[in-house]
Amino acid sequence: MQSVIKQEILALNGDEAVALAVKQSDVDVVAAYPITPQTIMVERFSEYVANGEVETEFVCTESEHSALTACLTASVTGARAFTASASAGLALMHEILFVTSGCRAPVVMAIANRALSAPLNIHCDHSDTMAQRDSGWIQIYVENAQEAYDSVIQAFKIAENPKVLLPVIVGLDGFTLSHTLENVKVLPDNIVRKFIGTRQLPFVMTHEGKRALFKLDPENSMSMGPIALQNYYFEFKRQQEEAMKNALEVIPQVNEEYAQISGRHYGDGLLEPYHLEDAEIATVCLGSTAGTVKTVVDELRSEGVKAGLLRLRTFRPLPVEGIIRYLQKVKAVGIMDRSMSFGGHGGPAFHEIRHTLYDIQNRPYIVNYIYGLGGRDTSPSQIHRIYENLQKIVRTDHVEHLINYVGLRE
Amino acid sequence: MKKEMFSEWKFTAKEIAEKPDLFLSGHRACAGCAPATVLRLIMKAVRGPTIVTNATGCMEVVSSIYPYTSWAVPWIHTAFENAAANASGIESALKILKKKGKIKHEHVDVIALAGDGGTYDIGIQALSGAVERGHDFLYVLYDNEAYMNTGIQRSGGTPFGASTTTSPAGTVIPGKLQNKKPIADIMVAHEIPYVATASPFYWRDLITKARKGIEVDGPAFLHVFAPCPRGWRSDPAKSIELSRLAVETCIFPLWEAINGEYQLSTPSKVLALAPQKKKPVREYLKLQGRFRHLFTPKFEKLTEEIQRITDERWQRLLRKCGMT
Repeated sequence: MQSVIKQEILALNGDEAVALAVKQSDVDVVAAYPITPQTIMVERFSEYVANGEVETEFVCTESEHSALTACLTASVTGARAFTASASAGLALMHEILFVTSGCRAPVVMAIANRALSAPLNIHCDHSDTMAQRDSGWIQIYVENAQEAYDSVIQAFKIAENPKVLLPVIVGLDGFTLSHTLENVKVLPDNIVRKFIGTRQLPFVMTHEGKRALFKLDPENSMSMGPIALQNYYFEFKRQQEEAMKNALEVIPQVNEEYAQISGRHYGDGLLEPYHLEDAEIATVCLGSTAGTVKTVVDELRSEGVKAGLLRLRTFRPLPVEGIIRYLQKVKAVGIMDRSMSFGGHGGPAFHEIRHTLYDIQNRPYIVNYIYGLGGRDTSPSQIHRIYENLQKIVRTDHVEHLINYVGLRE
Repeated sequence: MKKEMFSEWKFTAKEIAEKPDLFLSGHRACAGCAPATVLRLIMKAVRGPTIVTNATGCMEVVSSIYPYTSWAVPWIHTAFENAAANASGIESALKILKKKGKIKHEHVDVIALAGDGGTYDIGIQALSGAVERGHDFLYVLYDNEAYMNTGIQRSGGTPFGASTTTSPAGTVIPGKLQNKKPIADIMVAHEIPYVATASPFYWRDLITKARKGIEVDGPAFLHVFAPCPRGWRSDPAKSIELSRLAVETCIFPLWEAINGEYQLSTPSKVLALAPQKKKPVREYLKLQGRFRHLFTPKFEKLTEEIQRITDERWQRLLRKCGMT
C-alpha cells in the first residue's frame, strides 16, 4: 500500500488545472482549436510548449473537426493524445467522436461545458456533452477544479487500459469551474507519470495472421477504419459495448489507485453518494451543482430532514448497479438535468435514472428538475424548494408535476 | 550547403514493374477505373516506410472491405473531409515519437489520398489548414471530376458542361454551368514547396512527381487526372486514352510549381513549343457520354465555349511558366 504523496497547493481555475494535468501526463500530441470557455486550457498549454516545459507536438488546427481527427490518427499511430473543446466545437466534432471510439483510440478530451446555440450563449449547461451521449465516449462530470485536475490524469489511465481502449470526455462546468480560481492540490510530475505509465498498446491479429501491436506501424501493414458492411459492422459495435462494461470495473480501480497516492477519491469513481444511507428524499445531479446541493443537504440534515444526494460522476458508462443500490430505499428522487431533450418527456439524466430504477420493487417516485440552462444561476433556496417538493410528494403520495423547471420565468 | 529538395532518383520500366505492389490487386474497383491505376503507380514511388491515409470515397471503399484489404502498408480511413487532418495527426505523432525514441524508423513518409469531392469541396478546409501548418506529407488528389462513389454527383472539380446526376443535361440546362475550380493553383497560393499535376498516361512523369512530393520537406500536393468510365459514360478501355487526350487538348496540362515557380512538364511543354500539335477539345469531349448533349444542335455552341475556357486557362498557365 502506497502512502499519500505530499502535494503542493496552487491557485488554479478549472481550465488551468486541466492544462497542468495534461502537462504532467506526458502527452505526445495536443491538437486543439480555441473556444470559450475552454480557451484557457490551450493558452496555458501553448505557454508550456513555448517555454519548453513539455515534450509535446502542439497542433493548432483550423477547426475542432480537424483537432479531433488529428488526435485520433496520432493516437492510432501510438501517441498519447489530448484535445479540449466546448459547445459548438464539440458539436462540430460530432462525426469524429464516433470514428474515434469506433477506432478504439484512447483520446482524452476536456470539455468546458457550455450551452448550444441558438440563441448564442457562452455559459454553462450540459447540452453539449449530453448531445454526444451515444458517441461511444466515456463521460465524466466533475464537481470542482481539483476534480478536473484529478480526473484528466485518471482519464488517460482509464482510456488506455487494454480492456477499455475508449476515448474519455472530462466535463467541467463552463465558467463556474473553468474560470473560477480554487486551491488545487497537485502531485509531483514524476508521480503523475508513474501513475499513468507509458502508453500500452495491445496486440491484435492482422489480416495476414501476424500478431502485431495495435497501431499504424511500418512493421505491419494494418488497415484501420475500413468499410465493414452488413456482415461485420454489428460485431464491431457490440465490442464497444463490452468495452464500456469493462470501463465500469476499470474506473473504480483507477479511482482507488489514485486515492492511494493523492488521498482523494470521488465515491467509487462512478457515483458519489452523499448522506444516502438513510435518506428518504434525494436528488441526483452532475457537475458543479453538487457543491451547492451538498450545502443544502447539510442544512436539511441539521433540521432533521433525511435528505441525500447522489452525484453521477460517470454518465457513460451508466453505473446501473450503483444507482439501484443507492436509490432503492429512497422514497422520492429528484433528477436534476442541466440540459433538455426537446419533446422527449424530461431531460437525459431523468430518462436514464428512471429507466434504471424501473425494475426494482417499490421504486421511488422519480421526478425531473430541469435547471440552469445557459448558465442561469441555481441558488440554495431553489434547491431547498426541490427538497420541499420531494417531501410533499412523499407526504401526499402524489406527483403534481413530473417535469419541473427551476428558476424559470413562466 | 542548401539541402537539395529532391534526390536524383531514376528508374527503369523494368525496375518499376519488379518493385512489389503496395496497392494490391483484388480490390473492387470497376473495369477501367483510372484512380485504381493511379494509386498503384503512386505506391510504386514510395522510398521506404510509409503510412497512407484515405478520405472516404471510391478508393477507400473498393480497397478496404473488411476483412479484406488491398493495402500492403499501414493505412487508415476516418472520414470524408479530413484526409489532410489525418495526415497532420500521423505526422505529428511520428515526429514526437521519433524524438522520444519510441519509434525506430529514421523516417516514415505520410501520404493522404482523396478524390475531388474530398478535396475541392468538403475537404478543402482541412487541406488548407494542414498545409498552412506545414506538415510534411504528400497529398494526392485523384480527380475523377464528380462524386462517383455516391453515384456521379457534381463537385467543384466537375468541368463546365458535364452532365452528372445533380447537374443533369436537361432540355433547358446543358449540364454543369460552373467551371472547374483551379485547385492546384489554390494550393500553389498556399506557398507550399511542391505542387504538380499528373496524368496516368504519362506514368513515368506521374511516378517521378509522386516521388518528389514524398521527398520534399513540408507539404506537397499532387493533382492527378483520373477518368471514371462509369461516371463519364466512357468506354472502360479508353481511360488511359482519355488521360492522354486531356493533356493533348490542354484541358489538363501537366506542370510543376516548385517553391511557387511554375514550369511545364514535358508532355505539355511540347504543345507550348509546337502549338499546332494541340488537339481540339471536341476530340476529348466526344468520347464521353457525360458530354453527349453538347453534340446535339441545341447545345453545340457550348463546345466552342469549352474550347475558349480551355485556351484561356492554357494561356494563363503559359504566362505563369514564362512561355509567352
